[in-house]
Amino acid sequence: MNFTRRETMVIGAAAAAAATLPMPALASKTEDLIAEFTGGAEVGEGGVMLDAPEIAENGNTVPIEVSAEGAEAIMVLAAGNPEPPVATFRFGPLAGAHRAKTRIRLAGTQDVVAVARMADGSFTKTSKTVKVTIGGCGG
Amino acid sequence: MISRRDFLQASMAASALVGASGFGNWAKLAAQQRLTQDQLLEFETYGNVSLIHVTDIHAQLKPIYFREPEVNIGVGKNKGDVPHVTGQAFRKLYGIEDGSPRHYALTYDDFTALAREYGKMGGMDRVATVVNAIRADRPDALLLDGGDTWHGSYTCYHTQGQDMVNVMNALKPDAMTFHWEFTLGQERVRELVGELPFAALGQNIFDAMWDEPAAEFAPYKFYERGGVKIAVIGQAFPYMPIANPGWMFPDYSFGIRDEHMQQMVDEVRAKGAELVVCLSHNGFDVDKKMAGVVKGIDVILSGHTHDALPEPVLVGDTIVVASGSNGKFVSRVDLNVEDGKMTGFRTKLIPIFSDVIAPDPAMAQVIDEQRAPYAAELSEVIGQTDSLLYRRGNFNGTWDDLICDALIEEREADISMSPGVRWGPSMIPGQDITREDIWNVTSMTYPEAYRTEMTGEFIKVVLEDVADNIFNPNPYYQQGGDMVRIGGMGYAIDVSKPQGERISDMTLLSTGEPIDPAKNYVVAGWASVNEGTEGPPIWDVVEAYIRRKGTVSVTENDSVKVSGT
Repeated sequence: MNFTRRETMVIGAAAAAAATLPMPALASKTEDLIAEFTGGAEVGEGGVMLDAPEIAENGNTVPIEVSAEGAEAIMVLAAGNPEPPVATFRFGPLAGAHRAKTRIRLAGTQDVVAVARMADGSFTKTSKTVKVTIGGCGG
Repeated sequence: MISRRDFLQASMAASALVGASGFGNWAKLAAQQRLTQDQLLEFETYGNVSLIHVTDIHAQLKPIYFREPEVNIGVGKNKGDVPHVTGQAFRKLYGIEDGSPRHYALTYDDFTALAREYGKMGGMDRVATVVNAIRADRPDALLLDGGDTWHGSYTCYHTQGQDMVNVMNALKPDAMTFHWEFTLGQERVRELVGELPFAALGQNIFDAMWDEPAAEFAPYKFYERGGVKIAVIGQAFPYMPIANPGWMFPDYSFGIRDEHMQQMVDEVRAKGAELVVCLSHNGFDVDKKMAGVVKGIDVILSGHTHDALPEPVLVGDTIVVASGSNGKFVSRVDLNVEDGKMTGFRTKLIPIFSDVIAPDPAMAQVIDEQRAPYAAELSEVIGQTDSLLYRRGNFNGTWDDLICDALIEEREADISMSPGVRWGPSMIPGQDITREDIWNVTSMTYPEAYRTEMTGEFIKVVLEDVADNIFNPNPYYQQGGDMVRIGGMGYAIDVSKPQGERISDMTLLSTGEPIDPAKNYVVAGWASVNEGTEGPPIWDVVEAYIRRKGTVSVTENDSVKVSGT
């Protein structure tokens, strides 16, 4: 059998993007955005839920869900994206559920952050690392 | 609570096989005379429920050799814990005598000598004999298949899984879950699943569009056995679209989804489940972590990482059972359930010594029927091997060394890559290599042997990415395969480092020069998950290479330097 040099393949460009890791500059950008959202108030833990896959099936469309019982607003940040802000969901006093679901694009492996402003004016935060990987060697 | 006494009983059952001391100096016949089918099946029936677990059969209908790994490194909290214990340390841990049948079945060393004495293992006709014997003891035992069943052989490929469906239907499982099955393509999966006479389970199989549970796969199923209401919850392989080509099953999404698993456990408990069993394809370390996160699972029947453990591992009140691969073992799990609680267990990992356990004649006939149309193609001898050929191990195995050599020579490449899959039986020196043997280690639906150029920097990115899928200290970020195998290039890896810092000293073996990040290298590989990959199927490449060589010899590979263990 003859194999020619023309039988080639190209590994997706997405794989190269996966190598880009969050830079320290982006981390401080996230800190700044949180400070802006909270007005510098102390941020606690617990009470806000963030559901995201451990490893993204497709970094271009990653399903996430946030919820915080009794929250007035939940801000979502993708800490490793060139532009970290994703969305801020606001809930009115008559909201039946304090829950939102969307799909986001992640430039690479990074932390997704959710910060909730509760009805009493306090803030609470959670985060989850989502891996964006080349994949391809599962047993 | 599970009592210490029942745990001891479990270990005693596991130690029922008594081997002889010393090895290499007695004939195969003598070795086999020491083993009887009755001894292999010996089990004092316990409690009121029996589970039978098979998993990761990879379409191996006939007996095979299968060498367990020498290198299986655990990281983070799992460092030094089973299943990351091999060879002498594994035998010491479980009190297994050197040279004994369990030494051969469960550890890697002296494999060739012991294989000649104890013979091949597995064979679905022998598995049928064992399943029937357990059912004779406990007629309403539940038979559960952990998946990776419809993948891995010449006949499975050419029948698109039909041979395995026919054989498993004859074995009559009660439920199964999935992984490689999806690489048949979603249309074929739906077609086969739609006709199954048993439950197709996966609480984490979701519709990709709506992010809701997929209609074709139930999350769980209830069974009433021994007067006990049992819920079996399925957990498919979480990283299917990442580790395998997602474009082949675009309608589905997976993930661990442990919060949904907790909801399912709570739901079945609320519906009156007295025993909750998770039929899982997570991989062992992921299952251990999930057992600690999700409350209320009694038994996890663990698959995917191909580990065979003589005793279950306890995580809180959950037992995690690992039953090996390739039809080499069947697990029997007897449980006592009283007043809605599991109060004790007794297990046995039954090794399927194919020369000791009689084939079930009815199943043997079903298997022959599947293979008959392909008999000539399967049995054609392509060459011989002078070396032990095996795949398992974190960094390399001689089968993949051979495949990597074939890729470099047949595809004129500088560097070759072979995926770190864990399936694929072994061969011992002196064996003829048939076409079936080549397909057993290469069969898949995306076999194209690509040839491309990669920069040194990109090759490092690939290695770092794959290494993090194995050595990330958090099991939830592990995909359960082994390291991508590299031909033509050596490297050093520190498994304790984070992603991006593990790989160093990449060297082109042909020149001894360091890999230049900016330079392009010709790389040949196979099993790319990218759509549109072009090249001849890998089995043709390997067949051409072996045919040209006549007899293959694989020398020891020390091109990967490992540290941080």
